[in-house]
Amino acid sequence: MTPHMLTRSLDRSATIFLAVVAACGILIPLSNLLLPAGSFLQVPTYLVALWGKYVCYAILALSIDLIWGYCGILSLGHGAFFALGGYAMGMYLMRQIGTRGVYGNPILPDFMVFLNYSKLPWTWYGFDMFWFAALMVLLVPGLLAFCFGWLAFRSRVTGVYLSIITQAMTYALLLAFFRNDFGFGGNNGLTDFKDILGFNVQAEGTRAALFALSCLALIAGFLICRAIVSSKLGKVLIAVRDAESRTRFLGYRVESYKLFVFTVSACMAGVAGALYVPQVGIINPSEFAPGNSIEAVIWVAVGGRGTLVGAALGAVVVNYAKTFFTSGMLAPYWLFMLGALFILVTLLLPKGIVGTFNAWWDQSKEKRSAAAMASAAAEDGVTEPKMAE
Amino acid sequence: MPAHLSARLCSLALSLFLIAFTLPALAGPFEDAVAKFANDDYSDTDEAIGVVASSGNPLAFPIISALQDGRLMADPDSKKVYVTGADGKSIDAATGQAVASVPDSASAVRLNNRLRRSVDAALGSLTLQSPDVGTRLQAAQSVFKSHEETALEAVDAALAKETNRSVKAALGDARAAILLFKPDATEVEKLEAVAALKGRGDQEALALLTGMGDQPASVTKAAASAIGSIQNSLAVWSMVQNAWYGLSLGSVLLLAAIGLAITFGVMGVINMAHGEMVMIGAYTTFVVQEVIRTRYPGLFDYSLLIAVPLAFVVAGAIGVLIERSIIRFLYGRPLETLLATWGLSLVLQQAVRTMFGPTNREVGNPSWMSGAFELGQITITYNRLWILVFTLAVFAILLAMLRYTALGLEMRAVTQNRRMAASMGIATSRVDALTFGLGSGIAGIAGVALSQIDNVSPNLGQSYIIDSFMVVVFGGVGNLWGTLVGAFTLGIANKFLEPVAGAVLGKIAILVLIILFIQKRPRGLFALKGRAVEA
Amino acid sequence: MNVMDNRATSAMLYLDGVHVSFDGFHAINNLSLTLEPGEMRAIIGPNGAGKTTMMDIITGKTKPDEGTVLFDGVTDLTRLDETRIAELGIGRKFQKPTVFESQSVQDNLLLALNVDHSVKGTLFWRGSKAESERIDKVLETIRLTEARNRLAGSLSHGQKQWLEIGMLLAQDPKLLLVDEPVAGMTDVETHLTAELLKEINKTHTVMVVEHDMTFVRELGVKVTCLHEGTVLAEGTIDQVSSNERVIEVYLGR
Repeated sequence: MTPHMLTRSLDRSATIFLAVVAACGILIPLSNLLLPAGSFLQVPTYLVALWGKYVCYAILALSIDLIWGYCGILSLGHGAFFALGGYAMGMYLMRQIGTRGVYGNPILPDFMVFLNYSKLPWTWYGFDMFWFAALMVLLVPGLLAFCFGWLAFRSRVTGVYLSIITQAMTYALLLAFFRNDFGFGGNNGLTDFKDILGFNVQAEGTRAALFALSCLALIAGFLICRAIVSSKLGKVLIAVRDAESRTRFLGYRVESYKLFVFTVSACMAGVAGALYVPQVGIINPSEFAPGNSIEAVIWVAVGGRGTLVGAALGAVVVNYAKTFFTSGMLAPYWLFMLGALFILVTLLLPKGIVGTFNAWWDQSKEKRSAAAMASAAAEDGVTEPKMAE
Repeated sequence: MPAHLSARLCSLALSLFLIAFTLPALAGPFEDAVAKFANDDYSDTDEAIGVVASSGNPLAFPIISALQDGRLMADPDSKKVYVTGADGKSIDAATGQAVASVPDSASAVRLNNRLRRSVDAALGSLTLQSPDVGTRLQAAQSVFKSHEETALEAVDAALAKETNRSVKAALGDARAAILLFKPDATEVEKLEAVAALKGRGDQEALALLTGMGDQPASVTKAAASAIGSIQNSLAVWSMVQNAWYGLSLGSVLLLAAIGLAITFGVMGVINMAHGEMVMIGAYTTFVVQEVIRTRYPGLFDYSLLIAVPLAFVVAGAIGVLIERSIIRFLYGRPLETLLATWGLSLVLQQAVRTMFGPTNREVGNPSWMSGAFELGQITITYNRLWILVFTLAVFAILLAMLRYTALGLEMRAVTQNRRMAASMGIATSRVDALTFGLGSGIAGIAGVALSQIDNVSPNLGQSYIIDSFMVVVFGGVGNLWGTLVGAFTLGIANKFLEPVAGAVLGKIAILVLIILFIQKRPRGLFALKGRAVEA
Repeated sequence: MNVMDNRATSAMLYLDGVHVSFDGFHAINNLSLTLEPGEMRAIIGPNGAGKTTMMDIITGKTKPDEGTVLFDGVTDLTRLDETRIAELGIGRKFQKPTVFESQSVQDNLLLALNVDHSVKGTLFWRGSKAESERIDKVLETIRLTEARNRLAGSLSHGQKQWLEIGMLLAQDPKLLLVDEPVAGMTDVETHLTAELLKEINKTHTVMVVEHDMTFVRELGVKVTCLHEGTVLAEGTIDQVSSNERVIEVYLGR
């Protein structure tokens, strides 16, 4: 990222957002580790893990906003990229268990011993090395997105058709990962992790570090997204979103643009999944469920699509609400609420929280300068523009 | 032994039992043989079975079947043998006279595996001449399976008297099976047997031919060619079988997708709650059956006929409600419609879960939909067949409705050119609501049919939504015939892939193929062309 | 113009024997048309005559069933997609003005500039003085300098038409296809647009589709009348408008 891209991408709301995330990323782990347990300001470890989960969801939401909010690609299969990243990390963590598993096999994870595998499948090669797993976290979702996008965008599959086939994609992966002979733990998935890079995944220090890392990833992801959308490429993306065919007639290779953001977005989702897995301690095929991907889309819609900040905010708000309601008396009503949220947001708050706030802010700013504008225009002799619609 | 066969044998036993009372008791070979059961010696028992079975005595059947069921009691002290009925009453096995009670010293005649085979063979030959055609057929088939040498005489005797064609054929097969395994049968007899089995041509004949052991060279050669030809014909039948399964799956897919073809295909509204309309239809069936069960049990066979219109009305009404309250505000915003209707599907699922509980509810098959019949080498179940017929009927009615009714005309007008239709005096918003209601109502009808073959649970609809969209997209949006072809193509392709790749991989392969297909033809098999479409 | 014998090589745009049908409906029927470099041509014809479909064919949106479409005498347009054709230097203004409504006027022009259109080029793009000068110049030409920071969606219909013409200018193509540029404009605006197009024609080849006969007359260029997907008449405005068939099917008596 060149300096001019960085400066261009930092507007006021972006700066505030980054400051808040950075503060959380520093203060929450510190408070958890340094303050005595039970003190008023100490953040308990379970909350660190929970909020770490929210931060991962926020990264996923960012990745969806990048393609949906700015390029009009509504992916209903982004959970697949998230889960693939998670599986790549899970495979590394599985191989770190070594002889500490129930069966004590130094090479094969427990489920393979249980299923009578004689040797490690080739798909698992290299996952004992962190750098390889980390590379796969980016590469596997990225490559899938690239191949899928290359086929889809080149054939101009757009709109709801694209949404439906992305859903079919994650559904196909769901079915595949549920199979025991697919070699990724079947319906139990991967779990019972012991340590990551030599640190115990259950330890407070590791959890705090993972939380800080997630915040760092969110910041990095946000900066990448901002850099993309505030460049000229961002303008092209919006042009594609609003008038795809017009953009083509201007000589832009629309499919390349879509492919670029789709792949970047999938890699981001993969990173989110990879950070998510050590913090929740399990990855299983249900992460591929189409419902998960659609739920992630609604976070973005709630926060406000095409705002990035809104996407992250929406992810945190909706998931906080989910935790709050599903743990209390209201648990049976959570699905009613979630369903109603889908309906109400699309009907009544199409711009989402941040989008609505921005519109209100711009309007009040416009009112303030309206008088000055009017007088200037009158002298100019240009016909007063009629507001369209 | 299958349950219904034992039931038949019992009723037969009962009728013979009644005849037995009228017969005078005579001491003779039969009575001597019966007494041998009391010796508690396996070879004596075997002998007794042979004599009793060939005695022609009406008590033979009750005795042998009691022996099989462990109801033949023998008193070693008095050498008396008793048949204890299922109802607890007993008779003297030798005379058929009722006795008050069986002495305490009597115990059930014991059997070993060899004797059990003798019992089966004896029973087979005893029932070969039963007056009931079904019993004879069953008996012939059981002889075919056991191919006990001892049954040969009985089979020949039965064959001479038999007039029913299918029983005669079964007896012929049984005879062939026996001869094939009879060590002292002539080569000619064996060759005839091989030819007969080749003519039968099913899995069982194949099993007999492959397992027949050492045989003369000519027989082995004939058997090898028979095996080849049976395998070929079985392969053809398995194709037919797959095609039938495919048609059946296709009809289910079509049923689930046909309502979507209206809402998505004709109106362009992407309704993710479509599956829930199907689910509501299934629950309507459940409620109808519950009411019938508790109030009017006699109407059970008509439950589906009542449920179909009801499900149409219920799901259709909900559809109209959805269109009026949500979807009409989202026309022209397909992605938002998708999200809102997904939310709706969550609400509907949870509502049903709250009302009916999260577990599967029992929906029964009416008598005319249960059971199956055989067609050549394949079995066709009535519920699958009826669903296929029903689906095609719904399709035809829908097609006719769109073509010949005023509403159909208005629907087509509105979808083709909304503004023009409005200016011609068509109440477009009413047509929208009715079209959506129609699509939802058809989904409800689909639910009635699917309740017959699937678990009725709040998640019923979810399992169909992706498949339904695949069918509509594959077939080509806005084209009902495309949906028909798409559904059956996918159904058949799925069933032909399944034996090769397994059920799950087959499904994955189909999904991948559709994804690739959409790349090739983004607008489906039967896409509309032209400028207006791309706008 | 005396280049009748070597048309195929010297023409800017050359259509010969083009056919297109949609589900049995012949939208374009044996259409042949030639546009010389530097020429401006007005296309008239009733609705459904195939005017817009013809533009779709030239710009690669629709593939013809048969026929030749050559650009600059050498390039076969029927084999290329929209992007490639735009890169070659064919710009198009749509019948219904299509500008990027949620972006500012100057961003619309920025997007239209014929600079590096690759993903990498736009991602690492940083504005240059030459670019902003060109945008300023176009803004001036289309009289939208004052509105440069307004969202394109908030412009009036006529302004959107101009912005779209401005985008064509920024794109600086060799051939401009202009579909109904004055629809919905006032008389003054129509006049100004005619002036603008004549100005553009000094450096570019232009094809204008228009129903407004006053406007066509004001352009004062060769006119082609299409009907049922084929050329009905060609010549000066007076020749064409006195043609019996044209009067019958299009102008009315």
